[in-house]
Amino acid sequence: MTLQELRAMREKGQKAMDRRVGGDKSIEIIVGMGTCGIAAGAKEALNAFVDELNSKDIRNVVIKQVGCMGFCHSEPTVEIKMNGMPDIIYGNVDAETARKIVHSHILEKKLVDKHVFDRPSLDILKKTGKEN
Amino acid sequence: MTVVDDGKGMDEAELVRAQDPFYTDGVKHRHRKVGLGLPFVIQTTKMTQGRFQISSRKGHGTVVTATFNQAHWDTPPLGDLPATLGQLMALGGDQEVVVHRTLRGPKGVRTWEAKRSELRDALGNLEDLQSVTLLREYFRSQEEELVEVGTTSGGKK
Repeated sequence: MTLQELRAMREKGQKAMDRRVGGDKSIEIIVGMGTCGIAAGAKEALNAFVDELNSKDIRNVVIKQVGCMGFCHSEPTVEIKMNGMPDIIYGNVDAETARKIVHSHILEKKLVDKHVFDRPSLDILKKTGKEN
Repeated sequence: MTVVDDGKGMDEAELVRAQDPFYTDGVKHRHRKVGLGLPFVIQTTKMTQGRFQISSRKGHGTVVTATFNQAHWDTPPLGDLPATLGQLMALGGDQEVVVHRTLRGPKGVRTWEAKRSELRDALGNLEDLQSVTLLREYFRSQEEELVEVGTTSGGKK
């Protein structure tokens, strides 16, 4: 594949997205990709999100890779930010849980209870001064 | 696999400490006492009779080379390289990343190279779902063309 072909594929996808209603309501998926996250399977979880979102034709998504969120014991960790739902951090997100989050949290707006965390660990909150 | 950066570099003492799993500079996380990236690579190459080399110049950058022995039982599988490279490129920020792959096989030598700046030029925001998806497809097609020359051996930079 050449860079030109890659550019053409992007433009094709962009046109399809422009035709969609409500395409501006974006969803943010934040994946912890520190050594702890990757060792626990964060790359596989990220791949599963990409596959599942594409198969459900959900396009308005940004995927951000970040470092460790301080939950090394519960990696892979993933935070979901979207309209109509509180910001939620999920822990122990393997590929299957990633698919569950797409179905339940993103499509049906229901929390995936067993994997919910309420906020990042305390030392990180203190450092950034950010409260959820 | 060779990784080269033009970052801060390390002096000799820092270089030795960087290879210790119980050392980290404490910049990203205060109070943290482990740094496992390099130690994992060192452990893996050691236990599989591969090779590991690191050199650095303070203020100029670092070069890390790891050679994996594919004949050894305990060498971990390469994994999904196109997905890994796609994720590497989709990592946010303004950094330039150049990946260079070479495969030497019975039918000759083949290489490909990708620059993050050019990919961003073609795709726009690399953190978009569409970009992450297309990056993976792009690297998959590059790898498929590479594999045509035959057996596996190669490097990335």
